Amino acid sequence: MALKGIRKEFPGTIANDDVSLDVAPGQIHALLGQNGAGKSTLVKMIYGVLKPDAGSMSWEGRSVEIDSPNAARVLGIGMVFQHFSLFESLTVAENISLAVGGDEPLAKLAERVAAVGARFGLTIDPRRHVHDLSVGERQRVEIVRCLMREPKLLIMDEPTSVLTPQETDVLFGTLRKLSEAGCSLLYISHKLGEIQALCHKATILRGGRVVGACDPRTESPRSMAEMMIGGSFAEAHREPRPPRGQARLAVAGLKTATGLPFATEIKEVSFGVHPGEVFGIAGVAGSGQAELLAALSGEAPVADPAAIKIDGKPVGNLGAAARRDLGLAFVPEERLGRGAVPPMDLTENTILTGYRARKLANGSWLDRTAARDEALRIIADLGVVARGPEAEAASLSGGNLQKFIVGREIGQTPRLLIVAQPTWGVDAGAAARIHNALLALAEAGSAILVISQDLDELFQLCDRVAVLYHGRLSTPTLASETDVQRIGLQMGGMFEAAEHAHA
Amino acid sequence: MLRLEPRREPSAAMVYGAPVLAIALTLIAGSLLFAALGHNPAKALRVFFVEPLSSAYGLAELCLKATPLALCAIGLAIGFRAGVWNIGAEGQLVVGAIAGGGAALLFPNGGSAWLVVLAGIAGALGGLAWAGVPAWLRTRFNANEILTSLMLTYVAGLLLQYLVIGPWKDPMGFNFPQSKTFHRDLMLPKLIEGQRLNAGAVIALLAIIGGWIMLSRSLLGFQVRVIGLAPAAGIYAGFVPRRMVWFTLLLSGALAGLAGAFEVTGPIGQLLPSISPGYGFTAIIVAFLGRLHPIGILAASLLIALTYLGGEAAQIMLRLPIAATGVFQGMLLFFLLACDVLIRYRIRFGTLGRKGALS
Repeated sequence: MALKGIRKEFPGTIANDDVSLDVAPGQIHALLGQNGAGKSTLVKMIYGVLKPDAGSMSWEGRSVEIDSPNAARVLGIGMVFQHFSLFESLTVAENISLAVGGDEPLAKLAERVAAVGARFGLTIDPRRHVHDLSVGERQRVEIVRCLMREPKLLIMDEPTSVLTPQETDVLFGTLRKLSEAGCSLLYISHKLGEIQALCHKATILRGGRVVGACDPRTESPRSMAEMMIGGSFAEAHREPRPPRGQARLAVAGLKTATGLPFATEIKEVSFGVHPGEVFGIAGVAGSGQAELLAALSGEAPVADPAAIKIDGKPVGNLGAAARRDLGLAFVPEERLGRGAVPPMDLTENTILTGYRARKLANGSWLDRTAARDEALRIIADLGVVARGPEAEAASLSGGNLQKFIVGREIGQTPRLLIVAQPTWGVDAGAAARIHNALLALAEAGSAILVISQDLDELFQLCDRVAVLYHGRLSTPTLASETDVQRIGLQMGGMFEAAEHAHA
Repeated sequence: MLRLEPRREPSAAMVYGAPVLAIALTLIAGSLLFAALGHNPAKALRVFFVEPLSSAYGLAELCLKATPLALCAIGLAIGFRAGVWNIGAEGQLVVGAIAGGGAALLFPNGGSAWLVVLAGIAGALGGLAWAGVPAWLRTRFNANEILTSLMLTYVAGLLLQYLVIGPWKDPMGFNFPQSKTFHRDLMLPKLIEGQRLNAGAVIALLAIIGGWIMLSRSLLGFQVRVIGLAPAAGIYAGFVPRRMVWFTLLLSGALAGLAGAFEVTGPIGQLLPSISPGYGFTAIIVAFLGRLHPIGILAASLLIALTYLGGEAAQIMLRLPIAATGVFQGMLLFFLLACDVLIRYRIRFGTLGRKGALS
């Protein structure tokens, strides 16, 4: 696959300009860049979702025009998305049959699935139902589904964000086998350590242009990060400290009962977050994080008021506004549609949570002038790339919106801050900025709860770490007294094994 | 096979241009309709849309008819912005007319010119109570307010018929199904001598300005917009969707009730079996034609009022049936919705393409 001089313009911005890229057969090629550097746009053009304005693509030496994902698949290009598209209530074989098409009998297809899986180390039982599978297993189904069409180029967008460290190792084994079989891989990730371990070549994008290429095996994560940013940055660092004083957030025997299918219920979770402490909760996606966060933020209050206490005051049954009045701020996992209202501008999105905490409404009237000033301050403090306070939230790239939301919540100098995935999809420079802002807030005496799937991040920030698995929480441990391996085992549900390793 | 494919970026200009385009298409389709009926389209359109505006009487009538439309539509639009679909403004208007008319009938000999204010308040409370039923059903049982508010409209119509045929019938009325006429003190003051236009129009204008200020400047209006655009963000910010259901339904009910009271204490002057040519339903068209924006609603209510006047003129001068009004209103809504769809989607012919990609 070769790209030459690719250009794509959107109203107001140039997403890609003069991008050229060669992927050799069997090569694992990393695509690096900050948020908004144009990685997703480029990949969407290769997969036929978007059409380039200029430039040419060639495939196995012939010039091609890919005008739909179907055309891409016909050529032999497959893509594994960050978000899975599987039917929960069907079996693995049925899901794959829907994608492959044709009238191959299910039993025969199941055999082929098992064979392909065995060949690349993707053990998966084709007869199991998808809703029984772990996230890592679901990803395997997605990959097998792509492999059934025998692709020659597989595009993977942030594939490890949902995996435990052990599952990541298994995935890398599979990807290396694919590479040996001659299949090329285009690999997008923000985790530079992984790229170093896996990839043969990296192309670095900045502002829509190619600014460099390197062999990741001879670079360090830091040097690659600096190439992406085009400058150096200060990485956050903190020595873990044991908790002191009375818990600001005290959770005791918290249970949830959503009654929704496919929701993970929280079972008897207890922990405390103390003033000046950064407390981390690890866990693979779908371990109950969403339910725990909604219960803690007040979006889904629980029946027992005493299950959640802020500064000793029972708040379990209070709504989100009442908890914010007690000094809580919250950065949710979903940015668009929950953390921000997509069609509203940044000024109004500042009012969304600051109407009382920052007095952006005096009485019943909005104070737009104050809100605009606040939005300007957030944009400047966090380096948000946006047209200004008048930009619609939906017009920001994911990472920039994340910076804006984190900045908005930190700007309220909350007594207690709950952050979900603080740097998900955010580049190294912006991540360092967000990390430093969080640590400064903790230094000033706020209690901070971080829920993240990124273990490196948790070990970098947190004083104590616990693991959420199927709605249960492991015993919190001082970050200096555990390690990535042990937390990784707990993320897979092996609480006891991890305890033994500890003993 | 025909299918709709989402456009990547709907044109911002077209979002506001759609109502203009819809009006133009309505006029074209209307011309074809007139031609098919054997009328000169130019002349017929003139009778329908121009002549009603050529006299002081016509202009006053236009504002008179726009009043209930604007009052109902501004309330509905605030609800629609919050994602609350009150379809029963017609019923709330009728109950407002019953409550306002009932209050007026309590004072057959008048007493003070301020009594009309009492009738107005009674009307607003009546509409508010009628809209409270779907609000309660929605928040208590999660019953869909579209169905409940619509069904209650028919209940309201039957209640009015029962009252004017039964207990509230004018004993001196030669057995006609109608109430006594109200005392002068219970009639809205006229704005212009010799015309039917009354103080209700001023209240409607104030309601529109009030709605505008509320939506754009107040925290309450902000909550309405956030809940409508992104309910999860509303809950995240600590707003309570249940409260918004109550607020928007009660507000739109009260405004529709006020419109009903203004009809019976204004141009009608008594209770009749039918007191509205469907203002409450037509207000839905007004709200969407005005893009759910107060200023748009002001313009749309005047335009739709013109279709009522034009329909009457066409009835007299062209001998067209009264249904012509409904046909024009229906075409307008149809074209508006069609334009909206085509702004967001494009039509593609053929099945999912499996064309070759090599060039």
